[in-house]
This record gives sequence, C-alpha cells and structure tokens, in this order.
Amino acid sequence: MKFLPLIWAALWRKKTRTVFTLLSIVVAFLLFGMLQGVNAAFNSAVDRANVNRLMVANATAFTESLPYAYLTQIESVPGVSAVSQQSWFGGYYQDPKNFVFSFPVEPLRWRRIGTEYRIPEDQFDAWVRTRTGAVVGAQLAAKYGWKIGDRVPLHSVIWTKAGGGSDWEFDIVGIFTSPEFASRENQFLFNYSYFDEARVFGKGRVGWLVVQVADPRASARIAAAIDHLFANSPDETETKTEKEFQQSFLKQIGDINFIVTRILFAVFFSLLFATGSSLMQSMRERIPELAVLKTVGFTDAGVLRLVLAESVMLCVLAALAGLAAAALLFPALRDAIGVVTLPRAVLAEGVVIAVLLALATGLLPAWRARRLSIVDALAGR
Amino acid sequence: MAAIISLRNVVKRYLRGKQSVEVLHGIDLDIETGDFVALMGPSGSGKTTLLNLIGGLDTPSSGEVSVAGVRIDALGGARLARWRARNVGFVFQFYNLLPQLSAQRNVELPLLLTSLSAAQRRRNVQAALAIVGLSDRAHHKPSELSGGQAQRVAIARALVSDPTLLVCDEPTGDLDRATADEILGLLQTLNREQGKTVVMVTHDPKAAEFATHQLYLDKGELVSRSTKAVA
Amino acid sequence: MAGLANQIAAVTVNNLRSVPQRAGVSAVIVIGIAVTVAVLVSVLAMATGFGKTLANTGREDRAIVLRGGSQSELASTLSRENTLTIPDARGVRRSADGKPIASAEMVGIVSLKQKATGTKANVTLRGVGPKAFDLRPEIHLVAGRLFQPAVRELIVGKAALGQFEGVDLGRRVTIHDTEWTVVGVFDSGGGSHESELMADAETVLSAYRRNLFQSATVMLESRQAFDAFKDQLTTDPTLSVDVKRETEYYAEQSKQLSRLLFFVAYIVGGIMAVGAVFGALNTMYSAVSARALEIATLRAIGFGALPVVISVFVEALALALIGGALGAAAAWIFFNGSSVNTLGSNFTQVVFQLTVTPSLAMSGIVLACIVGILGGLFPAIRAARLPIAAALRAG
Ligand SMILES: Nc1ncnc2c1ncn2[C@@H]1O[C@H](COP(=O)(O)OP(=O)(O)O)[C@@H](O)[C@H]1O
Ligand SMILES: [Mg+2]
Repeated sequence: MKFLPLIWAALWRKKTRTVFTLLSIVVAFLLFGMLQGVNAAFNSAVDRANVNRLMVANATAFTESLPYAYLTQIESVPGVSAVSQQSWFGGYYQDPKNFVFSFPVEPLRWRRIGTEYRIPEDQFDAWVRTRTGAVVGAQLAAKYGWKIGDRVPLHSVIWTKAGGGSDWEFDIVGIFTSPEFASRENQFLFNYSYFDEARVFGKGRVGWLVVQVADPRASARIAAAIDHLFANSPDETETKTEKEFQQSFLKQIGDINFIVTRILFAVFFSLLFATGSSLMQSMRERIPELAVLKTVGFTDAGVLRLVLAESVMLCVLAALAGLAAAALLFPALRDAIGVVTLPRAVLAEGVVIAVLLALATGLLPAWRARRLSIVDALAGR
Repeated sequence: MAAIISLRNVVKRYLRGKQSVEVLHGIDLDIETGDFVALMGPSGSGKTTLLNLIGGLDTPSSGEVSVAGVRIDALGGARLARWRARNVGFVFQFYNLLPQLSAQRNVELPLLLTSLSAAQRRRNVQAALAIVGLSDRAHHKPSELSGGQAQRVAIARALVSDPTLLVCDEPTGDLDRATADEILGLLQTLNREQGKTVVMVTHDPKAAEFATHQLYLDKGELVSRSTKAVA
Repeated sequence: MAGLANQIAAVTVNNLRSVPQRAGVSAVIVIGIAVTVAVLVSVLAMATGFGKTLANTGREDRAIVLRGGSQSELASTLSRENTLTIPDARGVRRSADGKPIASAEMVGIVSLKQKATGTKANVTLRGVGPKAFDLRPEIHLVAGRLFQPAVRELIVGKAALGQFEGVDLGRRVTIHDTEWTVVGVFDSGGGSHESELMADAETVLSAYRRNLFQSATVMLESRQAFDAFKDQLTTDPTLSVDVKRETEYYAEQSKQLSRLLFFVAYIVGGIMAVGAVFGALNTMYSAVSARALEIATLRAIGFGALPVVISVFVEALALALIGGALGAAAAWIFFNGSSVNTLGSNFTQVVFQLTVTPSLAMSGIVLACIVGILGGLFPAIRAARLPIAAALRAG
C-alpha cells in the first residue's frame, strides 16, 4: 500500500494520455456491461430453470395445442406430483404496442406448480371464485396503474369470443409478486374455465403443460413415460425439462450469445492495442525514472511489479467506472428484456477481464522495465 | 583506518557492437572510511564507470570490488539492489528526481524498501530535509525548485536511509559557482560531521578542493593520487 | 495563395512520409476504427439482409387478407366461407380459365432438427390452394416435382433445406401422426417462402384436423386495383378482415427486428466510435509531440500555423480512412452472404443473408471520417499553439 502514491503519480504522469486511455477502457466496459448484461438476462431463464419441472408440448411444434384431457392422464403417471396448463393468449392493452404476457390457467392447479409466486390468500380465493377474475404481477400492475377491483380489457390477437370480437374483459382480484423471478411480475393470469367457455374455436385444448416431478433425477424417465403415453396418437407429445425448453426457445430467436461474444471480442481486441500502446509509450518516457528507482535499491522484480500494478490500477479503475455506468444505464432496458439490475456475475466477470487486460497490456512494458540496465538508462543509451 | 572500499585489479569491458572495448584496465584502489574522494580526469576516461562499480550499479568484467567487507562483484540482481538500498546514497548531475512526486515523496523512495512505518518514514524524511535545509519545500514538485534546491532534495534522498557511502557523479556540473559551493559545502559537512564516506566525480578543480583526497583517472588507469591535509 | 498551398502541400506530404516511423501508435487509430466500422457494418448488414428477404417476398400487386386485428398469419383465422368470398372481390386478376388467381392458406408449424445446432426449431408448413403457383410466379422448382393434391406430399424451400435435417428430396417427414414425402425443392428468388415447406392446403388441414384457414392472398389486376379490392372486403358485413398489400405486410413483419438491429448497430457502433475517438486523440497527441521539434522548426523559419494544422488533420483522416476501409472490407469478406436465421412473425424460422451493400460500407467510412476528424481536432489545435522557442530548446 505504501507504493500507492508512487503508482498513482506514475499513472498521471501525462494527464491527457491517461485520461483518454482511461476513457477508452471505460467505454469498452460500458459496452461489456450492457451487452453481457442483456446476454445474461436472456440466459437467466435457462440458468434459473426449475429442475423439478417438465414441459409437455405437442411434438409437431410447441405452438400446436394439446387436448385438455392429457392433464388428468399425466397426473396419474407415477412420479408426477402436479400438472398445470397454460395457453398463449396474445393479449395487448389498448394499443398493440402494450403487449401483455397473458395466460389462461386453472388457479388451483397453477398454485401447486407456481411456487415462485407470492399472492395473499384472500386474493387467491377471490380469484378462484370470480369467473372473470385475473391476477397480475406487481410490475405489470404498476406499469398501467391497475388496482384490485379494476375492470381491464385485453385484446387478443388470436382468440375471438362467442358473440364476436376479440376484446376480453377481466376483473383484477389479486396482485402477485415473485421476488426471485422479477420478470414473472409482468404476467397476467386469468381463469381457463372462463376462457374456454367463451372462445369460438380451439375449445378443450390447451397450449402446453407444466409437470412437477417429485424427484428431479427421475425427470428423464418420467418424460419418456409421458411421451410414450401419447405415442401414435394424433397429438404426440414432446416432453423436456424446463431448462431444455428454455434453451431451445432461445436458440430459435438466434444465437445472441454468439453475436455478443463476437462484438465484445472486437471491442477488446482494439482496446488491447489502445491500452498497450499507451502503457508502452509511458514506459519509454520514464526510462530514466525507472533507472532511478533501481538505483535507490528497487529490485528488477520490484520495478516489474510497479509497472504491472500501474496497468492493473488503470484498467480496473476504468473498468469499474464503465461497469458502474452500465449498471446505471441498464434499468433503461427493462422494458426490452424484463430485467431490472445488471447481474452481479457480469460485474465480477468484468473485473476479471479488466485484470486480464491489464496483465496482457502491462506485461510487455513491465518486462522491458525489468530488463532495463541502470547504467545505460542513466547515460541515456 | 580500515579501507571501506577496496578494488583489486578491476577490469571493465563494454561490448560496442561486436567489439569489446576495455574501459578500465586493472584498477587497484583503497578508500578509507571517512574519506571524501574527488575523482577527476578527462571526459571519457572512465570516471562514471568506476563510480558505478563502487556504487554497485554495475559489475566488473573481472577483479574484485569490496565495500565495507562485502564482495559486491559477487552479488547479483536482487541482492545487489538490496545492498545498494542499505549502503549507498547516489547523487547525480541532473538530480534525477521523479518529476511527478513532491520533494518529500522523492526523499521517501528508498525508505519504501524498508519495513519502517509511515510515521517513522515521515520523521526520517523530515530529518533528511532538515539536514539539507529544505524543510519548508517538502511539498514542492521538482519543477517548482531551483537547480540547487533540487540537488539538495537529491542529497536528502541519498541520506535518508543513512548509508555509509555517498556516491556523487558531477553533482555540481549543472549549477552555477555559488550554488555549487553550497552543495559542496553540504557534502563536506556530511563527510566531516556525520562521517559519511564520499566519492565524487568532478571536472571542476575548485570542487575537488572540498575533498580530502583527489584521484586522477586517464584512459582507464589511475594516474596519480594526492592527499590534501585536513584543514 | 499559391505560397500557402505550397506550404500546406510540403508540410503535409513531409508529415505523411514520417507516419511509418510512428507505426505503433498509428495502429491504434487504424485498429480502433476498423473494429468499430466492422461491427457497425455487420450489424447493419443483418438488418439489411432481413429486410431484403422480406421485401423480396412481397409484391405491390398482391394483397394478403387476415382476420381483423391479427398482426400475423399465425394469429389469424379465416373460415372456409370467407376464403370463398374473398377471391371473388373486385380487382382480383383472373387466369385464362376465368378463375381468380388466389390462394387460401393454412399455416401449420412443424418442429424439425436444425443442421447447425442439432436442436429443434419451428418451420412453416404452408398449405396452399391450387392457384398458388400462378399467384407466386417467382417460385420455381429446382429439383423434383410439385406435390399432388390429396396425397401427403410436400416441397421444401431451398433455405429450409439448408437449415433443417431430414427434408432432402425423397425423405419422409412426420407431421402429427401422418407421414409426408418430400417431392420437390423450390427457389422463390430470395424471399422468406424459401424458409418454408409447402403442400396442398386441404391435405394439410386434414393432417392438422382443422378447418380454419389463416390467410388468403390474391393477385390484383394492377397495383391500382388494391383500393377497390380493399374497399369491397372491408365494407362486406359478413367479413371482418384486414387487407394489406404484400409489400406493406412484409415490411411490417421485418420492422421490429430491423428496428432492433438498427438500434443495436447505432448504440453499439456509437459507443465504440466514442472509444475510437479517445484512441485517435491519443495517437494524434503523441504524433504532435513526436513532431514538436519539426513543427517548431517549420514555424521558426516562417511557415504558418495553418499548414501544420492541416497536416495533422490529413494524417488523422488518412489513418481513419485506412481503418474504415479495412473495417468495411473485413465485414464484407467475413460476413457478406453468410446465412443467419431467426424467429419470424409466425414463430417459425426465417433464413436470411447478411448483406453488405456499398451504401452500408459508405456509412461505415463516413463514421470513420467523423472519428478521424474528432480525433485530429484538439491535437491539431495543440500543434498550432505549440510554443516555438520552448519546443526548440527541449528538442
Ligand atoms: N554501457 C556502455 N557501453 C559501451 N560503452 C560505454 C558504456 N559505458 C561507458 N562506455 C564508454 O566507456 C568510456 C568511459 O565512459 P565514462 O565512464 O562514462 O567516462 P567519464 O565519466 O569519465 O566521462 C567512454 O568511452 C564511454 O563511451
Ligand atoms: Mg561521466
């Protein structure tokens, strides 16, 4: 620590250069934070998938529906502890831009599966009792200012109602939270029975099934058993773990990870040159000063450490500033990706990369400083 | 008194391109504790080279260099560096202060290599600055100091770890007469009152008069040696 | 004036000759800009490629009819009666046999294994009417033959053939519990239909046990006939439909992704450009300090400040241009024409090609010049203000 003033002073020897180098690093880590944050947000659904859960979809494509009767058939498969069903409602509120993640579900079945949701008991009971009742996530409620007791219309881009029209009215009877999965708080859930009675087509069919298994190690066996049950029927099923399901869904959107990695690779590639060249120039200009340090008794290794420490300080400070900026800007993306805060892992990863960058760019100048001969340097040779 | 510095048949060769050039041809030299030696001679005669060998900045091609009983020609790398930190203070013609550090921090540099606490370091720095008469300039940067003041800071840096030996390469070469005399007076005081052994390269015969002994080097050989009676 | 021009030329040329001596620092500008331009151009090439694929699918003189309020075929449903009324509307072109050129279509989705990832992804199985190939003359068979009605046969678009396993000519595909044979491969001139499978609508309906269609597409007598056609359908009380020109429909389909990609390109490219400006500033400041003695000498013997300023700018611009050209070239070499796929509006894969157009390359080079100018500005000012006497002394 006593060397800190020495390192700090050396860092700021040429202010303009240090400021610009610092800023290039800040900018690179700002980008890193944002892009990697988005990437992580997309993957968080995969990473945090519930190991106890299986998803059952139509084998032809997960957009094809399944008969409602499958629900009870799967419930009797050994090892299955609960089954719930969902369908894609495709709803929006007032304007097609205000897309709402809305799903018809059966409240009692839903609650046995959806352990990550928190909803007050009385509100849940009200939902079970109210045919047109809906429960909404806290974030969604806040977004449109919905309160319990409000009557909210959603327009479905898919489902038409008997008697015409695609506008569906719901009574908000509850608001739920999901502390560990903030993005779930954007959901809008309502009674399947109301939905199924009122829709014109597709009656008696559901989008997909969510199966809770008692023992995750039995997942593969249970999945096979479920698929076997419906083999050679008009609606064959394909059962996957929630993780596999999320993964395959992400893969369909495109390889976000691939694009992000490529961009960041490019960013850091050019940063390597910018930082490396700046550190090298600074080392060259300081040759006489480094010789003085050796003269007064700093060892070669000591000088190497000083120069490396300087590049670590430069890179880590700048990286922290960049990551802090990314963390501040990140909530602006909330609507796009549904995640509020920059994941901690991204910050940690950023710091590790900053240290690696510092070592990669600092090693050459530090090595030169180490090899520096006092006599030659003092004589200006 | 016992010789603090003794050189035996010291040869120094440099490689210039592919060619080896012998700069010092078998120097034998003894300097006793408490001496103030002025090393004189024409430019290129090898004064700096000799001084660097004495100060442990460089190692001889052959021969022995002992300082205070330590064969420094046998020390290498890190051990030589640590030896320098404890035993030698250096003063150069162009001061060689770190421009971005205050006088105080410049003086503190050698102490960073010791295990002294921050408070102890500060005390020693203040003491060293007081000796050179610059207590009031502790927070100035080198660029805010005159040449004479900068050289005093350099002397304070050489003194701060209390070495027995001070090695000075043309310490007054860049200073006017009056300032030069002040610096030389300071070195003389350090030699007389604190018993520092001083080896100083100089071109200037007037500067050499401050010393107790004068050595003449020519083309890599010691040609004569005179001792001035201590006044 | 001639004197000044000569001064400028002399100083600039002399300076550019000295750039190779500063190659290390100069590389910072070049690489920083090259990388920025490469990223910008490649992401824009994605947006352009996707837009182009969807634009190739649509024609001004074709109209698509969906149920009112549906934004995509997948969300739409049309009853059989509706699909019979729609082709009879005004403005629909008729073929030699006097029948309207129209196709009522059912969009089924099949999940197939992708060659690249080994994971399954959705592909569109488009059930088309008997006039579908009069309607879309851009579709040509490149291998095999057309499917026959009432038989479970299908043809595969060449982009889908490239992306998915098990759809080669002669292979069998299981859809629900029925087996289909691939009998042909088609090309549609680069449109999104190339990412689809096509079969007879009635056969597909029965395999999916449905009797609702998703869309109806008609060929108009002319581009101008659209309004008459639309008016008739939207005023018909038995219908509740949206009528769009195909061009408009596909532009809407590509809008969201294109907008996202443009956003990413400009935000990411913009931030990277800012980083590149900092790198350029460093390069140019150190170029100016490396030239301090030269500049001071020139000034001392009577050269003006302007030639010096211009020489700094020209150096910055020249390096920026090299960087920009390298970046655009890299984007073109590595990415132009490479196939990418994403989820289209029907929840199925659309394959498209990254397209680096000359105008994209130009916008990359323009960005490079902006970075070069910004990076040269302050260093040029410093060069002009260099204290001559001090620089000469220090040198
Ligand atoms: N590192 C070195 N490499 C090559 N030649 C050197 C080196 N150091 C000194 N010399 C040569 O050795 C001779 C003596 O140099 P030096 O000791 O600096 O002389 P002085 O200090 O007496 O002027 C000179 O000719 C010088 O060029
Ligand atoms: Mg000398």
